[in-house]
Order: sequence, then C-alpha cells, then structure tokens
Amino acid sequence: MSELSVNHLLGIKYLNSQDIQLIFETADHFKEVINRPIKKVPSLRDITIANLFFENSTRTKLSFELAEKRLSADVINFSASQSSVKKGETLIDTVNNILSMKVDMVVMRHPNPGAGVFLSQHVDASIVNAGDGAHEHPTQALLDSYSIRERLGSVKGKNVVIVGDILHSRVALSNIYALQLQGANVMVCGPKTLLPKHIDKLGVKVETNLRKALNWCDVANMLRVQNERMDISYFPSTREYTQQYGVNKALLNSLDKEITIMHPGPINRGVEITSDVADSDQAIILDQVQNGVAVRMAVIYLLASKIKH
Amino acid sequence: MSQKVLLNAKEVNIILHRLACQLIENHNDFSNTVLIGIQPRGKYLANRLAKMLTEDYKVKNIQLGHLDITFFRDDFRRGEKTLEANTTEINFLVENKNVVFIDDVLYTGRSIRSALTAIQSFGRPNEIELLTLIDRRFSRHLPIQPNYRGRQVDAINKEKVKVNWAENDGEDSVYLINN
Repeated sequence: MSELSVNHLLGIKYLNSQDIQLIFETADHFKEVINRPIKKVPSLRDITIANLFFENSTRTKLSFELAEKRLSADVINFSASQSSVKKGETLIDTVNNILSMKVDMVVMRHPNPGAGVFLSQHVDASIVNAGDGAHEHPTQALLDSYSIRERLGSVKGKNVVIVGDILHSRVALSNIYALQLQGANVMVCGPKTLLPKHIDKLGVKVETNLRKALNWCDVANMLRVQNERMDISYFPSTREYTQQYGVNKALLNSLDKEITIMHPGPINRGVEITSDVADSDQAIILDQVQNGVAVRMAVIYLLASKIKH
Repeated sequence: MSQKVLLNAKEVNIILHRLACQLIENHNDFSNTVLIGIQPRGKYLANRLAKMLTEDYKVKNIQLGHLDITFFRDDFRRGEKTLEANTTEINFLVENKNVVFIDDVLYTGRSIRSALTAIQSFGRPNEIELLTLIDRRFSRHLPIQPNYRGRQVDAINKEKVKVNWAENDGEDSVYLINN
C-alpha cells in the first residue's frame, strides 16, 4: 500500500483505514523534516496550489499555506471577501478561471456542505476540502487522530469523547468517521439542543452529563460553541453552558485517571475550557497545531503524486 | 532470468576492510568527519563500516547518520508509483564537517545529486566525499564520481546489480542479474 485510494480529499467518509495509515506514516517523515534547521523539501516545485477560502479562517489557512510552502509548491491565495463572488460569479466559474492559470490543486473552504464534492465533479484538479459548512473538515480529523496516536501510542481501542457544539461542527463528523475507521470508541457529549437527532445511528455513544463522559474517556476533544452559526438560542446563557459543559482543573483532578485534552481552536478561554486546563500538560492543543502542518504536507504530497506529469 | 556472482562474502569482507583503511588514511581520528548512509540500501553498508571502524580499528566516536532522499528526488510524478519515504536519522549538524556519503551502488548518479541537496538541510558541510561498494561506470547521467570504490562493474543498462547483506538478506554477496 503506497498510494491513496482517492484522487481528492473531500471527507474522511471516502477514505479507508490503509489511506489513514499511509497518511500518518508519511506525516512522520514530514514531522522530522519540519524539525530540521532547514524545513523545506523540493518535491512539489512544479505544482501550483490555489487556496480558496470562501469563509474566514486563520489557522487552517496558515497551516495549509505553510505545508504547501515547505513542499516548495507555488501558492496563490484567494479570499471570498475580496473577490468577484460578491459580483455574482458562480463557484465553477470562479474556480475554472483560476484553473485556466494552470493550477494543479485546490484547497477549498466553503460555507456550503458538499461544495468540495460538487467541485471535484466539475473541474480538473485535485480538491482538498478544508471545511465545508457543518459537513466535514478531514485534515482537522486526521491531525487530531495523529496527535492521539503520538500521545497514546495508538488510536485503536481508545475512548474518545467529543464535547460541545456537535450540531454545528464539521470537526465532530470528520472525527467520528476517522476515529471509528481506526477502531476507537466514540462518544459525543453536550446539551441536547446541540446534539443532532439520530447521531446515535453513526454508532457513537450519546451522553449529556459531562462528568460521566470524562470518567469514561481517555481523550476529550473540546469543541468551541459556534455562535456565528447559531440563528436561535440553544442554551440559556454562556455562563450556564460553562457550568454544565466547561472543563476546569478541579473537575479534571476529581476524575479517576488523567485524560488527554484536545481542542481544534480557536479557544474561548473560560467557556469550554479554562486557561489552567488549556495551558496544562494534559492538553495537547499546541501539538495539534504543529502536527497539522506535517499531516497537511502528507496529504498534499500523496495527492500531488497522483497528478500526472 | 540469469544471475552471476560478482562478489562472495569473503571478497565483500576484504573490500570492506580496504575501504575502512582508506577512510582512516584520509580522516585520521574522525573527529571532524561524519558518515552518512543513503537510504534505503546505503544504510547497511554505512552501519557495517561504522561497526568495523569502531571494533576492528578502534576508532572512537564515529558519527553515523542515515539520510532519506525521497523528497529531494527529481522523478516525483514521473513514475507509476508514489515515492515512499524512509527514515532520516541525523542527530547532529553537518556544519563545517567532512561528510562521507555511503551507498551500495553508484549507477546514474541521480540519488547522489538528490543527497547533495538534501544534506544542505542539516548545515553547510566543509566537504563531501562519496564511498560506494559498486561503481557501475559508463552508466552515469551526471558528472558524479566516487572517492572510494569497492569494485568497478561494467554492466549494460538492462542488467541489475544487487547487493545483499547478511543482516537483511541472509548473506553478504553481490549479484549481476540479467532479466
């Protein structure tokens, strides 16, 4: 197994466990590369990548751009806020215009679920989904699993709870797929209003009591409450959410075992986790960020190697 | 397929001792020298030479690393398969060091070209030399020659030279394989 089974990374749903294994093994090599005095390799010097961000992003965009540059790809950036999208151009027209400038790969974030799949059917380039609405965010899930593997040795058999706003989260869905593919047990935990109906059909445990969830798990992935996606009130107040679903040091210390805390960022300190938790040794939040570059380098390298010369 | 033995275990051993002695002749106590095995196959030769220098010739503090050149190769996307990487283990800087690249077979020279670029990620060496067990002369695509060579072989392009190591392949030997 030395090749991905897919030509695009549209979601974890389309990958198999060998793909994930290959991405992780390749990421191991890139992690060594980005810790060298000179952190750059020339593999992709004849590849051009367009980063199309139709929705705001800071860390994902930076992480992708850094990964691309460390592979020596040529990079062009595009944000919807400064573009012709506002003038009424369709997605396919926008992308085809960019591709006519000889672009080989597109990294796209888009507010609409399925935008990446749609694009992959209509344009001739490798597509990497960097988040499509509340659907999937595959590279985030890959770097989360990679970080668990790094911290705990493997993902298989581990108990992982995803806490918070599951309803509006693309990170949650991609994580559920990725963790299950690797043989982890997955639980979601949050207020009932923020848990999608029928989520148990995905084969995950559902829990509304945070303490019970934390006592069960090896790893807790704390999600941010996505206020910007909420059209109505899902809980009475931020203060009440924090009381019920916020993790603080006292709560962690009262558990039977030491669990690992993850967060995809950006953190709302004092809401889903307190500062003393975020900055503690139990948290691997900054490892996640570093691993994000290595994992994205692996994904881009493996997809680019399938683009015909 | 036919194959011919180019070197047997005894001949490989004699050549390794000669190469080790030539290294000592040029590098004295190895205080400013590092040995770099080129992944994947040069690693075995490098390990063997480092062991021989340490145990048989009592050279102390041999610095040994393994360099993977996958991400520096010039044939990315040119072949059918994805190029698979190997591990790089270089736990020192090569800044101002005398580097000796070690590989089993020197053929087109393209791997060494990649290695010359890859090593720059670890600093600017004082000088770089090349040691190779088998030198397939007349097959070069690039102007690269070894400083230390075990045996020169004249092989035509469709022939393959296979170096076996006891620790990996069960025996020390070199075969010329004709497909």
